[in-house]
Amino acid sequence: MTHPIPPAVRLRDAVASRGGRPVLRGVDLTVQPGEVVALLGANGSGKSTTVKAVIGAVPLEQGALELFGVPYAGFRAWHRIGYVPQRTTAASGVPATVREVVSTGRLPQHRLLPFRRRDRAAVDRALAAVGMLERAGDGVADLSGGQQQRVLIARALVGTPDLLIMDEPMAGVDAASQQVLADTLRAEVARGAAVLLVLHELGPLEPLIDRAVVLRDGCVAHDGPPVPNTGLHALPGHDHVHPHADHTPPRLLA
Amino acid sequence: MTEMLSYDFMQRALLAAVLVGITAPAVGIYLVQRRQALMGDGMGHVAMTGVGLGFIFQTSPVWMAVLVCVLGAVTMELVRSRGNQRGDIALAMLFYGGMACGKLLVSLSAQAGAGSLESYLWGSILTVAPADLITIAVLGTVVVAVTVGLRRQLFAICQDEDFARVTGLPVRTLNLLLAVMAAVTVTVAMRVVGLLLVSALMVVPVVAAQQLTRSFAATQAASIALGVVVSLAGVTGSYHLNVPSGPAIVLLAIAVFAVFSLLAAPLARRRHRAATDPGPKVCDVELPERIPGQVPKRNAEQLPGQGSSDATTPERGAGLAQ
Ligand SMILES: Nc1ncnc2c1ncn2[C@@H]1O[C@H](COP(=O)(O)OP(=O)(O)O)[C@@H](O)[C@H]1O
Ligand SMILES: [Mg+2]
Repeated sequence: MTHPIPPAVRLRDAVASRGGRPVLRGVDLTVQPGEVVALLGANGSGKSTTVKAVIGAVPLEQGALELFGVPYAGFRAWHRIGYVPQRTTAASGVPATVREVVSTGRLPQHRLLPFRRRDRAAVDRALAAVGMLERAGDGVADLSGGQQQRVLIARALVGTPDLLIMDEPMAGVDAASQQVLADTLRAEVARGAAVLLVLHELGPLEPLIDRAVVLRDGCVAHDGPPVPNTGLHALPGHDHVHPHADHTPPRLLA
Repeated sequence: MTEMLSYDFMQRALLAAVLVGITAPAVGIYLVQRRQALMGDGMGHVAMTGVGLGFIFQTSPVWMAVLVCVLGAVTMELVRSRGNQRGDIALAMLFYGGMACGKLLVSLSAQAGAGSLESYLWGSILTVAPADLITIAVLGTVVVAVTVGLRRQLFAICQDEDFARVTGLPVRTLNLLLAVMAAVTVTVAMRVVGLLLVSALMVVPVVAAQQLTRSFAATQAASIALGVVVSLAGVTGSYHLNVPSGPAIVLLAIAVFAVFSLLAAPLARRRHRAATDPGPKVCDVELPERIPGQVPKRNAEQLPGQGSSDATTPERGAGLAQ
């Protein structure tokens, strides 16, 4: 099967370790243009490490990575990728405004040149999309967790990426922000962006998802259609012994 | 005042104070942002070896210190970027080794009187030689050009290194550049504040300024202004009271920090009241209506099953992803 347009992400047989311990043991992951792929798995199964490998923040010991058909070593079109890291409570030591944080997402466009009016307009648009424009001048430290998450998403959207990578965007986010995130994501998918989405469970984003990849202990345990209305429990590779012996999800039988 | 300015050595000391007051906070802000505030301290220790080598070889201690300090800074950056769990031990060896080595070399050198190393440790307004001033001016200009000119880039790598990588920034190069700038600053500042207090001038004006600021750009500008003011005042005080300049500058900076912290609390409260919708006074038990684009009520309920740590009480210093 060949695609005329190369996949946005093509990770093959990725092996990587962190802190001297092997964490990925041969992960294959492909995201086609316009496709929405959910990366699922238990805590510690290697989801964050996989997306960090995709952006080159965790080096591969083995395997190959291509972004938009270009091998990682030669990839320069970073403006095509937006990344939302897994939010942590770790703080930065100097205050920064919402606008300053989101503006870093414009670096691929203005590079060493001054920040110009069209950059500022793009920041405004991204902030408006996540409903945070009125908070642009506020310090990020004064925001709630859900609002901080929206800021991180605005930062990823500000360059209108063709591939959006989000690590657990819904974790620890209040209901209002969840709704904003889901709407934003829907708009991005409608625009044609490919999305690689790390989730703990499918949850409210389930209708958007084209394919689910389940990690278990650094290996791919499932790669196929998402299973509706379930978290990990109905997916193959899950540890429970279920009373209904057949693991095949109902939708696949239809 | 005019009497003070009539001395050549005082003119040089005041000029050096201005340069140092600008450069130290301009670099220091990035170290504070990355919670590496004590890095400058370590570099000051390492620089002592450079001073010692300068004494031994009868060359300029300043240039030797630049050389050794840059090597030390690059080592520190490599240790940091590896994320090695034993990294702190490696750094401890580097710092203590640098200090011990420096003292040893000075003791071995022929020219050493007891006072000569002292002036490098605590700063001295009497010892800024004309050649030193030129060195300080050249190096200081480079440091300011980099740290202010590349503000957006350096801010990005210190705020969130992984994200910065995805913007295509040469993260490793910028990290090394920042480390080298910090090393150069240590040696630029050493004549005025002294190696043992260099780090204070990199850190204290920044944390003082950020008591009153909300943005990074304003913090950088305000901390540079503060750095210049306390450096000039400290050197002047050092002249009148006949005390080393370093301690005078640093104690002034700490006093400013104390005053600003007292001002900060009521200011933050007022700002907070203006910025956030406090929500209803009492809990009305009503599931949150999902209105896109609206700032969430502070006591909005969370979806069941979201084992959420969403801080509904914003916490100063709670940051974004690292
Ligand atoms: N910086 C790190 N240093 C050492 N080990 C790490 C680091 N980050 C993650 N790990 C380990 O790697 C494994 C996978 O982590 P991660 O990819 O974050 O999992 P997930 O995102 O699926 O919860 C875990 O066992 C974790 O302890
Ligand atoms: Mg994770």
